Formats: sequence, structure tokens, C-alpha cells
Amino acid sequence: MKVTKEAVAGTLESSDLLVKVAPSDKGTRDIVIRSEVIKQFGKQIRHVVTDTLDKLSVSGGSIVIEDKGALDCVIRARVQAAVLRGCGSQDLDWGSLS
Amino acid sequence: MKLRRSMLFVPGDNAGMLSTSFVYKPDAVMFDLEDAVATREKDSARLMVYQALQHPAYRDIETVVRINGVNTEFWQKDLEAAIRGGVDVVRLPKTENAQEIHELEEHVAKIEKACGRPVGDTKLMAAIESASGVVNAVSIASASPRMTAIAIAGFDYLVDMHTRRSDGWEPELFYARAAVLHAARAAHIDAFDVVYGNVSDDEGFLREVRIAKNLGFNGKSLIHPKQIDLLHRAYLPTAEEVNHAKRVIAAAEEAHSKGLGVVSLDGKMVDPPVIEEAEMTLQLAAAA
Repeated sequence: MKVTKEAVAGTLESSDLLVKVAPSDKGTRDIVIRSEVIKQFGKQIRHVVTDTLDKLSVSGGSIVIEDKGALDCVIRARVQAAVLRGCGSQDLDWGSLS
Repeated sequence: MKLRRSMLFVPGDNAGMLSTSFVYKPDAVMFDLEDAVATREKDSARLMVYQALQHPAYRDIETVVRINGVNTEFWQKDLEAAIRGGVDVVRLPKTENAQEIHELEEHVAKIEKACGRPVGDTKLMAAIESASGVVNAVSIASASPRMTAIAIAGFDYLVDMHTRRSDGWEPELFYARAAVLHAARAAHIDAFDVVYGNVSDDEGFLREVRIAKNLGFNGKSLIHPKQIDLLHRAYLPTAEEVNHAKRVIAAAEEAHSKGLGVVSLDGKMVDPPVIEEAEMTLQLAAAA
């Protein structure tokens, strides 16, 4: 999937996260993660974000995460929602969302 | 028999509640994609619910997803998320007639086939929220073998009836409660009573629980976790009731071992309905 426009999903409330995606001029996939629990769970958060993007075949774009202590399932859902909005996608490939 | 005393509403886009509602141990969690979710957040909420359904913490709780009504542009996408996520029960809001249940189950079967779930695995629940829904409750409740429960939703119903909630014994809801409950019992499915919206009024909530319990509802839809424990305690049998139920079961087992159809206990006949009631009492007591 190709991120073609800026998009946001999620909130800055506790147990949630805000995900911002935008097209990248360089064609690279740049992930920035900010979290109050980055020391304890930074690796896990990055793993979930990367895995989710891989399954959606997102190879390029800027992805900025502001995490407020979200569970993995919430991270997956918010990243998926932001990417699908950023791609202007209406039809879901459910196999890529598990 | 599955206990369905409490069904906790959880807004589908509320990360905090999605992440914690299992802690309160309701009998069922109902992820809401309808009224609790703003139109612009429907897509994100759908994904949140899809992911939450697969969380191991919800494995031991009955999961329900309230989809948007069949007159909206959202309900088929909601169904995809719910069924593919592994939901136990789909709740259809504002159900007016049996035809809507037929339409729903047709789509449910298609999605089950597409994602590899056994056809018939997903159960259905109808929410009755209007006068026509109440009038058609019998045909709605028996519209499909997938139907597992029927719920009455008070707010929309009372608006449709041109009235509002009162305190006390709530005569404005009496006919709808009785009609929905009879429809459920005739179809051999469960029945949920209305939500009680004032979460700071425990006394009013418990008054309403007593009405629902005495009428025969399995339980209530709830909008706040603090209502779960209050409800479960209210449905808890007394020690005297538990003791009597144990004696009924013992008498029934003795009669069975002697090849007798019925037996008497304290001068009263112990027949199948009495035994069934005793079993329900012991089940409620065991759930405490």
C-alpha cells in the first residue's frame, strides 16, 4: 500500500496512541516512536508497528507514533486505521490485518 | 445454561475501556460500533474491535458486537470485522421485524464461509427499540436458529412511544418488558433488560434490577463497570434458596435412582420445572 496523503488515527488519551502517517519524498519508511514507556516497551512497540506495516505492505512513508501505554492490539488497530486513511483505501484485505 | 446477567457496553473506539473491561468480569462484553462511535471514527473503531476480539483476555468472556443498523452504510463492514475477529454474538440494533434478521443471517453466513468459520457459529441478538419492534418481538425472537437473546432498549423505545422514564415501578416500560420477555421465552432464548443511565444512582439501579429479575429477565445491559457487581449480587440467591435447591436436587436424584417420576419434598411435588429452577439457583450461586 502506498501512503498518498497525511492522515491521523487514535488519541492522546491513556491506553491509546496517536498515529500520524504522511508520504515520504525519499521513498523510505521512517518510523518515529515516542512513548512514556519507551524504556520498558520500546522494542515491543517498534516490533508491533513494523509487523503491522509489513503486513499492509507499506514500504514508504513517514510514521510518527505518540504512545500513551497502548496494548499491542490497540497499536495494531490505530496503525492500520492511519495507513488505510493515508492510502485512501476503502476495501480491506482482512488477511493483511490479523 | 450460559449465564447472561450482565452485558457491559464498551465504546468501540475507546482504547482505555477496550483494554480493561475484561477485568470487571461481566458475563458478556458488548463492543459498540453504533451510537457510541462518531461517524468519522467508524473505520478506526471497527479495526479496534477486530483486534480486541482476538485479545486472549476476552477468550473466557462472551463477546458481543453491536453493529450499525441495516439501514446504514456501515453494517456490512461492521459484520466483517466482528465475524473475522471471532465474535460470539452480533447484536442488531433497532430491529423492527424478522426480515431484518433474515437479511443479517444471510450476510453472516457469507462471511463465515469466506473466512473459514463454521456456518452457524456466529450467534445473533436483536435489540428492540420501537413500538413496531415490540409488536413483532415474537417473530423476531424466533427468526433464526442463530438467535440467542433479545434485548429491550429503553431510550429509543420511550421516544417512539412519546413518553419518558419515570421513577418507581416504571409503568411506561411494563408492556414492552413483558412482550419482549414472553417472546424470548416462547423462542427459548435469553432476554436482557434496558440500561440504567444514571450511574451515580445505585438505589435507582437496584430498584430497576429487582423489577427485571422478578419479571424473569436473564440480566441487564450495563453502561458502567460499577453496575456489574451490584447486578451480580442482586441476582445471587439467598443461603436459604441455595439450601432448598440442594435438597430439591438430592430428592430428584433419589427419585431417579428409585425409578420414580416425581417425588415430594416438604409436602410439595418435585417435578422437572422445580428441578430446573433449582439447577438455575445453584448455577447463579456457583457464579458468585
